[in-house]
Amino acid sequence: MSLYSEIGGEGAVNAAVDIFYRKVLKDDRIKRFFEGVDMNKQAAKQKAFLTMAFGGPHNYSGADMRKGHAHLVARGLNDTHFDAVMEHLGATLTELKVPGNLIAQAAAIAESTRKDVLGK
Amino acid sequence: MSKVIYGGQSYECGESSILDCLTAQGVPVPSSCRSGVCQTCMMRVVEGEVPEKAKAGLKPTLAAQNYFLACSCYPENDVEVVLPEAGLGKLEARVTSVEYLNGDILGIRLKPSRLFEYKAGQFINLFKDEITARCYSLASVPALDEELFLNVRKVPSGLVSGWVFSSLKVGDAITISEASGDCFYVPGNSEQDILLIATGSGLAPLYGIIRDALLSGHQGKLSLYHGSYNTDGFYLVEELRRLAQTHPNFNYVPCISEGEAKAGYAPGMVLDIALADNPDLSGWRVFLCGNPNMVNTAKQQTFFAGASMRDIFADPF
Repeated sequence: MSLYSEIGGEGAVNAAVDIFYRKVLKDDRIKRFFEGVDMNKQAAKQKAFLTMAFGGPHNYSGADMRKGHAHLVARGLNDTHFDAVMEHLGATLTELKVPGNLIAQAAAIAESTRKDVLGK
Repeated sequence: MSKVIYGGQSYECGESSILDCLTAQGVPVPSSCRSGVCQTCMMRVVEGEVPEKAKAGLKPTLAAQNYFLACSCYPENDVEVVLPEAGLGKLEARVTSVEYLNGDILGIRLKPSRLFEYKAGQFINLFKDEITARCYSLASVPALDEELFLNVRKVPSGLVSGWVFSSLKVGDAITISEASGDCFYVPGNSEQDILLIATGSGLAPLYGIIRDALLSGHQGKLSLYHGSYNTDGFYLVEELRRLAQTHPNFNYVPCISEGEAKAGYAPGMVLDIALADNPDLSGWRVFLCGNPNMVNTAKQQTFFAGASMRDIFADPF
């Protein structure tokens, strides 16, 4: 069974997106990166991110990740901000009572994008 | 084999998605995740039907307007599609009434020259001339009102509102666009509570949405908060108070942000009052219209108060 179906597939993504996005927007460390962004479009992107982290279907390449975050790197996006997002991912899944071993797998997938997201 | 028509050209899709089919032939359709999630490749079908699967994850108001995701769309029959920003059709309408709703807002009623499909709360463009147009929300409800009903606020040195206030009169023929926008009531989930917040003429779409919801037999709460500096800014007050008397689930709270409190009006900022009365919005549907600052703040605040992003609908004008 794949990680995506073990976590609960699209239903899990839908349950997670509001919780995760609320945490991100309330976090003083990172909320400035989301100011002035259309919240509906952003929520759709958060869903895409969670789908990927949950091992679901996606076609993002490392190059896409670089391109998509370059404007944020230019505004100072760094490891501490990435860490904050990782924290919220873990906390969201814990809140949804996802078993620890699955959270670890999702975190590992998200972690694997760090270099590309931060343009390193 | 099904064909896809875009921009007057016909394309053979074969086994591929509409996104792959069009981009392979040089049509610039924006895309990102290509997995039916990020919604970057959203298009609209104007002729024929796309499979339901291509609408998965879209807000119900978008699905109701025939939007779909090109990356997850494998058409089963011929379809004609457009990008979301494709221009709306224009038509002529006749002005049938012009009346002051308050000192700053005119109520305009229009009779379209041809069949006009819309949902209460969507907006149309009103053209002053070939190139000068502004958006106005529809306060009318197709099943209740024979004519289109707009609320036009006088904007200082506004090109279109200035023209409406100084010269528009009954009998004039003017140009409008077809209706657009995703701020409207979708039937279903009739037990869901609904919060509606407006400032100024942002009341227009909400007046339409409320009457549309009540007509559909909505059972959940409908709580409307209308904000203004003082009592002069309100309008449709009697109509709304009457609706509240006849529909126990509808609640109308006019809010005054400046000056002294008066009986029948809540003192304070409209958003603060709405959130104080309804601190937990988990499971609610939310409609926000009016001043862009209020709308943007309210989007975030109602989301923080528990409303799902999927259930928040807003028009910042």
